Amino acid sequence: MIHPIPAGTRDVLPDEMRELRALSERMRAVFDAAGYGEVRTPTMEYEEVLRRGDERAAGEGYRLFAEGGRVLVLRSDTTVPIARLVATRYPDAPTPIRLCYFSHAHRPVEPGRGTPAEFQQGGVELIGAGGAEGDAEVIALVLDALDAVGLGRHRVGVGDGSLFRNLMVGFGVPEDSRAELLAALSRRDLAGLEMLVSALNLSPVAREALVTLPTMRGGPEVLDRVSPTVRDALDNLRACHALLEERGAADRVIFDLGLVRELGYYTGVVFEIYDPAVGFALGGGGRYDELLGRFGRPLPACGFALDIQRVHTALMAEERLAQT
Amino acid sequence: MTAGEGLMIAVPRGALFEGTLDLLDRLDIPTEEVRTNDRKLLFPEAGIVTMRPSDVPTYVEHGAADLGITGKDVLLEQPEHEVYELVDLGFGRCRMIVAGREDDSSTESLRRLGTVRVATKYPRIARRHFADTGRQAEIVEVKGSVEIAPLTGLVDSIVDLTASGRTLSENRLVVHEEIVECSARLIANPVSHKLKAGAIDALVARVRAVVPS
Repeated sequence: MIHPIPAGTRDVLPDEMRELRALSERMRAVFDAAGYGEVRTPTMEYEEVLRRGDERAAGEGYRLFAEGGRVLVLRSDTTVPIARLVATRYPDAPTPIRLCYFSHAHRPVEPGRGTPAEFQQGGVELIGAGGAEGDAEVIALVLDALDAVGLGRHRVGVGDGSLFRNLMVGFGVPEDSRAELLAALSRRDLAGLEMLVSALNLSPVAREALVTLPTMRGGPEVLDRVSPTVRDALDNLRACHALLEERGAADRVIFDLGLVRELGYYTGVVFEIYDPAVGFALGGGGRYDELLGRFGRPLPACGFALDIQRVHTALMAEERLAQT
Repeated sequence: MTAGEGLMIAVPRGALFEGTLDLLDRLDIPTEEVRTNDRKLLFPEAGIVTMRPSDVPTYVEHGAADLGITGKDVLLEQPEHEVYELVDLGFGRCRMIVAGREDDSSTESLRRLGTVRVATKYPRIARRHFADTGRQAEIVEVKGSVEIAPLTGLVDSIVDLTASGRTLSENRLVVHEEIVECSARLIANPVSHKLKAGAIDALVARVRAVVPS
């Protein structure tokens, strides 16, 4: 008999499970060797606790009711629970704190979308190490982990989540138009962005900068191609590049000045991981210097999460390409 | 010349086909074979794959094509696809409208029945438009010839795409509201946009040089 399972969920059978397990083990070994201890947090958290960290992460999750009518949410990401864990369990531990996790997260699916409602992520959080130093450590680590898994052609797209916001403020984009511009950018509707920008009463320089910045991507030369008004804002990315060069990882980096990630807690560097064999990002991350403070232990932090199933898909696509 | 560096472009057959091929001609991408052989769908030498316009975002999202050309109407109807919208190509300009019979029944339906019945091939655009304007609507999805839906009493109004308005007037339908103007767009796969940045930027520059802005 056929019995249904909820939309967006799946069973994993032994052949696939064996490969997923092997793949996560290789990632875990890399994290462990780099000093990142593995943690596990509850699948569900109190809504009010998640909401403290990120309005959106709490808002979009599946809800349950607990004792006394308190609202529980199935975690939709692991970064917010780890910020909660660090503030609670390590109130005065020496920093930096290095943690990793392999856990499931849940997001309600839109009907007909084909996206998973439950997915497994492997990730790390580096807490208490600020600036380019921390960014470079985390970016180099994600590249190493994917090397260990067996990918070889993966790249990391690196941008700065605060760049476009600061640019809009600097050029005097009216406050009520900023959200609309940012929404067009995060959808990468560059045609729409161009239309919105040209409807605003801005100087030609400002217009040019707002429209071209999101299209600028490539090697470190991109950082020098931007207009002088923006150049200082890129000091951190430049420092990050220098550090990655020391670690021998710089040739894997694509600077992408239009990159914005959807989660609201990012404050600086943001990045995404790609492999040329597949058309989707394998994961991503960034710097979130304000999240820990919301839980009462203000510390700079940076982390990433890889979607294990997507990494698996990329690995198989690469193997197939290698055979042909 | 091809699209460059092994780029694959998804080309829509249908209303945007001619405009797209004309654009590719101006970019010196060979289209003779595409024009003459309408049974063949895949043209690897030219870097072209042809398909229904509504399939273009799907192929581009999954990276089966690096770039694609499709209508803004398709992108609005399928907003879940993660693709980058690079350039408004300007051709294929038309309007998404709400239309109905001259003796419009929708106002009375709304007042007395609390809801208006709307037939469309674009259920999501229609649903969003009525929700955004604070009206309750019952959306009836049809696959073709939406003009006959109000004439036969199936619905009060239709939401459809119109370029010249001829089909509407031939069926004695009038435009009551304009929802959005649509035209052909150049879209890109998010990963290709990074990993093939040089080739894509070069092509976009060539496109911008021939598309009147």
